[in-house]
Amino acid sequence: MKKIKLYIFALLFLIIPKTSFGLIEVDITRGNLNPLPIAVSPLFVESKSIKKFQNLLKKENIGEDISSVVENNLKSSGLFNPLKKEAFLQKPDIAHLKPRFEDWSLIKAQALITGEVKYENEKLRVEFRLWDVLAGKEMMALAFTTVPDNWRRVGHIITDKVYQRLTGEKGYFDTRIIYVSEEGPKTNRVKKLAIMDQDGFNTKYLTLGNELVLTPRFNPTNQMVTYLSYFKNLPRVYLLDIETGVQEVVGDFPGMTFAPRFSPDGKKIIMSFAKDGNSDIYTMDLENRIVEKITNHPSIDTSPSFSPDGKYICFNSDRSGYQQIYVMKSDGSKVKRISFGKGLYGTPVWSPRGDLIAFTKLHKGKFYIGVMRVDGSGERLLTENYYQEAPSWSPNGRVLIFYRETKSDSEGKGFSAKLWSIDLTGYNERLVDTKTDASDPSWSSLLSE
Amino acid sequence: MKLNKIFKNILFVVLAGIFLSACATKKVSNQMQGDVYTGKDTVEYLASGVPDRVFFATNESVLTTASRETLRKQAAWLRKNSKVNVVLEGHADERGTREYNLALGERRANAAKDYLMTYGISGNRISVISYGKERPVDSGSNPLAWSKNRRSVTVKAN
Repeated sequence: MKKIKLYIFALLFLIIPKTSFGLIEVDITRGNLNPLPIAVSPLFVESKSIKKFQNLLKKENIGEDISSVVENNLKSSGLFNPLKKEAFLQKPDIAHLKPRFEDWSLIKAQALITGEVKYENEKLRVEFRLWDVLAGKEMMALAFTTVPDNWRRVGHIITDKVYQRLTGEKGYFDTRIIYVSEEGPKTNRVKKLAIMDQDGFNTKYLTLGNELVLTPRFNPTNQMVTYLSYFKNLPRVYLLDIETGVQEVVGDFPGMTFAPRFSPDGKKIIMSFAKDGNSDIYTMDLENRIVEKITNHPSIDTSPSFSPDGKYICFNSDRSGYQQIYVMKSDGSKVKRISFGKGLYGTPVWSPRGDLIAFTKLHKGKFYIGVMRVDGSGERLLTENYYQEAPSWSPNGRVLIFYRETKSDSEGKGFSAKLWSIDLTGYNERLVDTKTDASDPSWSSLLSE
Repeated sequence: MKLNKIFKNILFVVLAGIFLSACATKKVSNQMQGDVYTGKDTVEYLASGVPDRVFFATNESVLTTASRETLRKQAAWLRKNSKVNVVLEGHADERGTREYNLALGERRANAAKDYLMTYGISGNRISVISYGKERPVDSGSNPLAWSKNRRSVTVKAN
């Protein structure tokens, strides 16, 4: 795995005007039917640097490539409407120095991003500014340096900064998705762990497909992953370091362990252990290897997920007779059922903001992805389909990614498994492009924090 | 006259349709009782007259009368072939969440294991593995296909 560390060298200046009257802002709490028109001027690259980057990265104009990364990100958020470049009147280098705001407001841009990329001491140095076109003001300016190979990440970091400045919340663009890549007939699917950037680029396979692998999940604090592997036909939870490729079995259980997730501090793994037809929830401390049994009930207890403060666990149990969602304290006490709607509930996962639990619901032959408050109130279904499950939160808690399967005919034709994302508002449902069929997505935290 | 012929053809088509759909319904009801598969399409045999698998209702791990009969045959055969060990593979259909289905498959295989043990087969000879919904035998998305996939299969381990 390539070095993903990003060296932020200089934080040039970050201007947040105190007299912010009339300054643009984007409300992300509602479904946004009027995305903000924004102009992303191609980043300027002077001629010496352009040649260097052409040699190094085989890119005609790296400035244009970085700005298209930004544009795609902004567009996929559903909150912004990046304007067509053909309509831009000002040249990138001049716009970056001092935009002629009349030109930009003429094409209805409300915000403008300009910038410059340089090749400096074998590094890529980028400087960018965000402008409020209507107020005629600079809103933000930032510069940083990284290795040239990281150029896509430069686009993601710019997007994160712009998103944060305009919405007031952290972005989710400099992130990755780990998932299960699927190929072959339904009766004999070959599954591999795969990882890609949030926008579908830089796909890498982490396993070869020799054994069945399922449900990978990121450690929220670093680049470790936990997942279920059928290595040697023994289904066990594994821990994988995606930097080094080193992996190990988690714990020494005499049977199947599954449904793993990390605790919010990344120090524990919580999972199910199945024995004699009964699945209970356990944790293992990754430092001292101490295993604790958290639930003790003759029903199926699975799909555990910690609250972000680590004090509570939500999980799936059929102790009432059917699959429902429960919450308990992290020591296993005070178990309380929270799902009471019609149908079956599964895969609860606590929002990184702490206030909501996302879930899968099965009712009358349809599958829904929904959210409810942590006490079970305020249930809201975001999307209905033939089959979909396993939501995972973006690190800012605004977007859910999940997988959806299509119905097959009696020969198994017509089947597919794809990743989809949807905003917490229920708007902006999107197919997340993957090279193969895909399932079990898990969203990483921001890489550059 | 022409019209008459057309009418006759239509009638024939309609009758054929009724006949075919009757067949289809009959076929399903022959192969399922409630939603438990009772057919033999996918069944293999450990030995002559000893079916290798039992089927379950949706979300259930209760053994049906037919399943218990199959498992008694397996137990009898295992008693005669005392050197054979088996793996019980538990499966679920595709209409459930992946993690719950892994637990459900394990519960189904253990229901079969418990029954074999009550008929004198040592637990040491039986291991259990759940595949959840990962290894369907029928790749269709219809109730009959799902009923074939909700199963516990006894496989020789040596």
